Amino acid sequence: MQNFEFTKEELAKIDAIIARYPNPQPAVMPVLWMAQEKYGHVEPDVQKLVARTLNLPEAHVHGVATFYTQYYKERKGKYVLDVCTSFSCQACGGYETLHYLEDKLGIKAGETTPDGMFSIQSVECLGACGYAPMMQITNDVYVNHLTPEKLDKVIDDLKKDQLPEFESIPLVQNRTTAMENE
Amino acid sequence: MSLTDWKAYKPVLIPNIKDYHKIDVYEKHGGYGALKKILADQDTLTPQHVTETVKNAGLRGRGGAGFNTGLKWSFMPKPDGGPRYIAANGDESEPGTFKDRVIFEFNPHTFIEGSIIAAYAMSITTVYVYIRGEYRSWIRMMEKAVSDAYERGYLGQNILKSGFSVDMVLHSGAGAYICGEESSLMESLEGKRGYPRVKPPFPAQKGLWGRPTTINNIESLANVPLIFNNGADWYKGTGAATHPGPLLYGISGHVNRPGVYEYPTGMLVTDLINEVAMGVRGGKRVKALIPGGSSTPPLRGDALDGVRMDSDSLRQAGSMLGTAGMCILDEDTDMVDYLWRVSHFYHHESCGQCTPCREGTGWLEKTLLKIKAGDGTMRDLDLLLDLCTQMEGRTICALADAAAWPVRYTITRFRDEFEARVKNTVYALS
Ligand SMILES: Cc1cc2nc3c(=O)[nH]c(=O)nc-3n(C[C@H](O)[C@H](O)[C@H](O)COP(=O)(O)O)c2cc1C
Ligand code: SF4
Ligand code: FES
Repeated sequence: MQNFEFTKEELAKIDAIIARYPNPQPAVMPVLWMAQEKYGHVEPDVQKLVARTLNLPEAHVHGVATFYTQYYKERKGKYVLDVCTSFSCQACGGYETLHYLEDKLGIKAGETTPDGMFSIQSVECLGACGYAPMMQITNDVYVNHLTPEKLDKVIDDLKKDQLPEFESIPLVQNRTTAMENE
Repeated sequence: MSLTDWKAYKPVLIPNIKDYHKIDVYEKHGGYGALKKILADQDTLTPQHVTETVKNAGLRGRGGAGFNTGLKWSFMPKPDGGPRYIAANGDESEPGTFKDRVIFEFNPHTFIEGSIIAAYAMSITTVYVYIRGEYRSWIRMMEKAVSDAYERGYLGQNILKSGFSVDMVLHSGAGAYICGEESSLMESLEGKRGYPRVKPPFPAQKGLWGRPTTINNIESLANVPLIFNNGADWYKGTGAATHPGPLLYGISGHVNRPGVYEYPTGMLVTDLINEVAMGVRGGKRVKALIPGGSSTPPLRGDALDGVRMDSDSLRQAGSMLGTAGMCILDEDTDMVDYLWRVSHFYHHESCGQCTPCREGTGWLEKTLLKIKAGDGTMRDLDLLLDLCTQMEGRTICALADAAAWPVRYTITRFRDEFEARVKNTVYALS
């Protein structure tokens, strides 16, 4: 059985997080994030670690972990592809993007490839509506303006553990080129 | 600035200055000047004076409800020496909305400066900035900006040796639309499930940890330094008279140049669609405009002439300004499909506390799915409208209303499309 523990350095970081609030309870979300970062999920044993560390009832931590969709209550693929299909993206090819990925990886939304590399999820608006279709990779970087070619490249790169770079989308208003000097 | 010469408008909230997100560049262009001015002259620019100025400038909240920001600040009780909070709302999860992240990325310091001024006006001890968890990249940018502001002495103890102190703490959400609702946001910040609270008590009386709290949207707070840099009169005179100021328009959907644009409030939607966003893709017609996020009722494409992006004009037209996240749907859009997807969202995001919302959003989605599949009947259309009536105004928070409005108005305004999709009950019986 795997042993779930925070290191001394991590515990010091947690103390610093607790100090930002009037009491330790609000640290539950940041510490769940830390735990997920470390283990890739917050399965019940990880939730117990968080509860132990913050001296909170396990039921409380479980309640919080299950309320928020970004906490992985069960293990997912190494790379989780969250494709936005909310209405703006729906209008601009969100579902086509989702289905392209499903066909390419041979799994359905909500599933993980047998090799544990990829999960696909159909998610709600990620706040990138103008840059549709788009997806987020494992709660982190956004990839915008997706095309089949771009998706192929992203998947190939991920297989080599290369994450796409953050894309800063320039503001086009009154600008001849992006972020040009005044 | 009058509304006819909007083409000459120069953005002030996200100005066209290279590297403006960096504190050096921000300072070089006068950044933190409003804060310095206020803190250096606290005898004249008292907290009450600052609040009044914001109130008179006419700034209205950019989070959706459009409440006068200064007026909201004035609801805070007199300081009693205990902690008081601002919860800055960066949850930005209403589908169609993607403008607060532009502030995080391109002008974080105007938001930070605005928050410090707001904190001074309300004697706040800590500003918690709640940012949706999906915005991890933007949270990193904000971490850098906040730490730079601390380093320069704009945050922390005895700010610029003025005697005023305030802290700023970033708090990441973890995927829950409901946490954008102000009382849910406070529950979440307290480390709990994000269940909205019954009001009253209102946050100014009993907010975070039972203490006086004001919730403001990120863009609302980012507007505050502009009022002090350019004057309340300038602010009041920018854009629509009853809803003034610069506004971030997030334009998405079937247009040639989607994106976030800054113009005064009260822009003609036709100018925004045809000129700013460079028209509908493929030269098609607009079938529907969702003016301010998925909860705002869609307007018909043939009823957009003369409609302006401010609360009065949009109310007259039969919708709301919301977050000014505009989504344009072209003539080929399947309105049944669209409405089903919006209903799916609200069903997914209902926290489940109130029966009309929990059950109602489920029935809306289920019924729309049935219609989408071609199995609906005329009676289902009436059922949908009945469901809306049972949901509106009967719940702890406004999510149930937000779910009902698009259903009610899409069905009434695009009824022909829905009728064409349902079986005629008379024939079905025979
Ligand atoms: C279901 C629901 C979701 C909301 N989501 C957000 C949000 O993501 N961001 C936001 O600023 N306000 C949101 N609001 C509005 C807030 O409750 C609150 O009115 C707002 O943050 C106040 O800030 P303002 O006065 O500066 O607009 C939401 C309201 C409801 C009912
Ligand atoms: S209206 Fe819906 S989201 Fe709001 S508190 Fe009630 S059940 Fe929860
Ligand atoms: S609808 Fe997809 S990012 Fe907003």
